[in-house]
Amino acid sequence: MAGYAHPEALVSTEWVASHLDDPNVRIVEVDVDAKAYAEGHVRGAAAWNWSTQLSDPLIRDIVHKTQFESLMTGSGIGNDTTVVLYGDNNNWFAAWAFWEMKIYGHRDVRIMNGGRKKWISESRDLDTNAVKPNPGVPSYRASDPDLSIRALLGQVQLAQKSASAVLIDVRSPQEFTGEILAPPGLPETCQRGGHIPGAHGVCWSRACNDDGTFKAVEDLNLIYAAEGVAQSTPVITYCRIGERSSHTWFVLKYLLGVENVSNYDGSWTEWGNLVCAPVERGAAKLVSHG
Amino acid sequence: MKPENYSERRIDVDGWQVNLTTYRLGEKWHGRADNVSPGATLARVEAASREDAENQALTRARELLARTRRHAV
Repeated sequence: MAGYAHPEALVSTEWVASHLDDPNVRIVEVDVDAKAYAEGHVRGAAAWNWSTQLSDPLIRDIVHKTQFESLMTGSGIGNDTTVVLYGDNNNWFAAWAFWEMKIYGHRDVRIMNGGRKKWISESRDLDTNAVKPNPGVPSYRASDPDLSIRALLGQVQLAQKSASAVLIDVRSPQEFTGEILAPPGLPETCQRGGHIPGAHGVCWSRACNDDGTFKAVEDLNLIYAAEGVAQSTPVITYCRIGERSSHTWFVLKYLLGVENVSNYDGSWTEWGNLVCAPVERGAAKLVSHG
Repeated sequence: MKPENYSERRIDVDGWQVNLTTYRLGEKWHGRADNVSPGATLARVEAASREDAENQALTRARELLARTRRHAV
């Protein structure tokens, strides 16, 4: 973790293994659904389903503050609990949960470096029993949402028109160019392929090593500096539904310390369906950012 | 229980890169196929052997990948 701007936001699998019985630590596996958790999970970990527990089931939004508070209390999490998040897909949905917890002001939340993949590849114990939350935790009180780390459509449109922020599209190169409309094998969820004009294509996976851990700070700096990202540069990340971009948001804000980064969770499933929205296909064009 | 015999390998399925992951947990083999560059899960299966887990995951992945259209850019 050496050299990261906020090393406290990341823990190793070894650290987690040595804190399984720590009453101040709550571990949560987060994925698009709970299928991976059901196979086996870190002992004592709760499970969060992104589709039903972190996203509002009716309107397209993160859960409301009261729903978030219920999720925390029901998961045995108090305001002072150290929460460690991990998941499959190199922690995509764990990063989303981290972002959402920061929106609602949770102080001590961390990501297990390497996620589920690293835990299993190291032959660390998996438990197949469902976990009951700690009943002794008092009701959770969330802060009012901090929307400075979330970009909504109007802000992205403004940034695109005025080139006032670096837009980082973290999807695969084929999605960026418009060759495919969704990750291979997944349903097409947009009407148009391509990217937001002026966006830089930096696939989320470039921030990871083969074992799923984050690359060293020097390597990360090189990747994003080449795209015009500096400490004070306003940056907006996006992908298809906002989970891969929350991964890059975490990298930029917590590992590199970029001050003003927001995640556009509407992402391509919003922009790629908008009537009259500008779209660029093929490779990116060079844009200067004011 | 400790997961054992973790393995990952990358193969080409009808022009798409697929990452196949398998491991054994107790009596069961677990298999997962993902689409490598995006990294999204395409299939997650349980089987009695590694070979069965890989075959089941690949079969499902192939079905899904066959629906993906390439567009001219």
